[in-house]
Amino acid sequence: MNDYTFAYLDEQTKRMIRRAILKGVAIPGYQVPFASREMPMPYGWGTGGVQVTAACLTPEDVLKVIDQGADDTTNAVSIRKFFQRTAGVAVTEATVEASLIQTRHRIPEAPLTEAQILVYQVPIPEPLRFLEPREVETRRMHALEDYGLMHVKLYEDIARHGEIATAYAYPVKVEGRYVMDPSPIPKFDNPKLSDSPALQLFGAGREQRIYALPPYTRVVSLDFDDHPFVASKADHACDLCGAGDTYLDEVIIDDAGGRMFVCSDTDHCGSRRRAGHVGRLGVPGKEVA
Amino acid sequence: MHDMALQGGFAEAPTQSARAFRAVLNALARPGTIETLVGAQPPAPASIAAGVALLTLADATTPVHLAGAHDTPDLRDWLTFHTGAPLVGAAEAVFALGTWVALAPITRFAMGSPEYPDRSATLIVEMPALHPAGARLTGPGIRDTAHLNLPDIAALRANAADFPLGRDFLFCAGDRLAALPRSTQVEAV
Repeated sequence: MNDYTFAYLDEQTKRMIRRAILKGVAIPGYQVPFASREMPMPYGWGTGGVQVTAACLTPEDVLKVIDQGADDTTNAVSIRKFFQRTAGVAVTEATVEASLIQTRHRIPEAPLTEAQILVYQVPIPEPLRFLEPREVETRRMHALEDYGLMHVKLYEDIARHGEIATAYAYPVKVEGRYVMDPSPIPKFDNPKLSDSPALQLFGAGREQRIYALPPYTRVVSLDFDDHPFVASKADHACDLCGAGDTYLDEVIIDDAGGRMFVCSDTDHCGSRRRAGHVGRLGVPGKEVA
Repeated sequence: MHDMALQGGFAEAPTQSARAFRAVLNALARPGTIETLVGAQPPAPASIAAGVALLTLADATTPVHLAGAHDTPDLRDWLTFHTGAPLVGAAEAVFALGTWVALAPITRFAMGSPEYPDRSATLIVEMPALHPAGARLTGPGIRDTAHLNLPDIAALRANAADFPLGRDFLFCAGDRLAALPRSTQVEAV
């Protein structure tokens, strides 16, 4: 045992966050204000997601934390260690073993299940914020379902670039009502938001908002009839595991223009390589212990 | 205040409330799912599930309304000692506890505003029993359809019709709890 109360936050704070989560679940896509706390990490490092995770964790949970799909980057490692120390929960890097997954900017490639909760770290929860800076106005726009401005923005993309150029944080409409920012996930992941068996919770610490997508909620990426939404990705296969259907990171490997594409989801890539899949630059059976 | 007001709370609040919250969260995120809550023993006539839900969610910042036969000195004392929640009339309540008959009409309770639909009451409804049968539920959280015995389909349909405004419901029977958010469409079978 350690000297922290279970999952770090005091009970009063957890009750306040839990009430906000429940209202978020009852009103899918609506951003519930909450009294975000100072956490022992800077804003921008996932304090919103950490507070939602702390309010949801039970001692029986198995926690996975990913940052851009990877389990082994600084942000993911520090948050995972934080909860190991303050909640004593089991942790894993395997998506299939986790009961609660905190994520920054990705949805795991492996399909989620009804037994899982996915917690997103959100920097700017308000999808209309860069179009209308005033909170009073954006709140009224949500109340009146006045989302014309968002379509103007997507239209201007088409007018300028010939296509909708928004590649991440691509706005969605939830159950035909609220326009929601899915956090800066690549638009490749947007289809996975809809009809997911897992509960999805979103926490924005600095902006003090929590919102939610209950399981099996209809989530539609905004588009136009003549410019339909496309969940795009780099036109390559993973150079390590050979997967052609995963979201890829581009890695510069020398100063002569050499590059490789690898799965952003390290757990998915690793399990494929363990299963014997080898990509263009992969070495069979050597790189994964 | 009687001694019994001091009894029946959480023995290990951080972990017991965590498990209880996950059960309530799962019930609300998957309407029709029946969960079991343990850890509190409120005075009669409150059920275990209702007591656990209030210990998990209510505190000094959330006014509670005790309706009808639930407005007893014992329950008032118990709730005040364990949560510090102010006891108020229906219109100001964030949480309300009672049987459906005592809580009705539910339009007495806050439904939120268009700008802040979250500022709405959560009604904790004591039921004789909970069965996955009866009214047909569809909507967010439900893959195809779910079923739950509901006390008043017409009133709950009217509540859902106000979406995104409306009240949310926790139905309790003994140590069992099911939930109905305002987003769920309710139909008589």
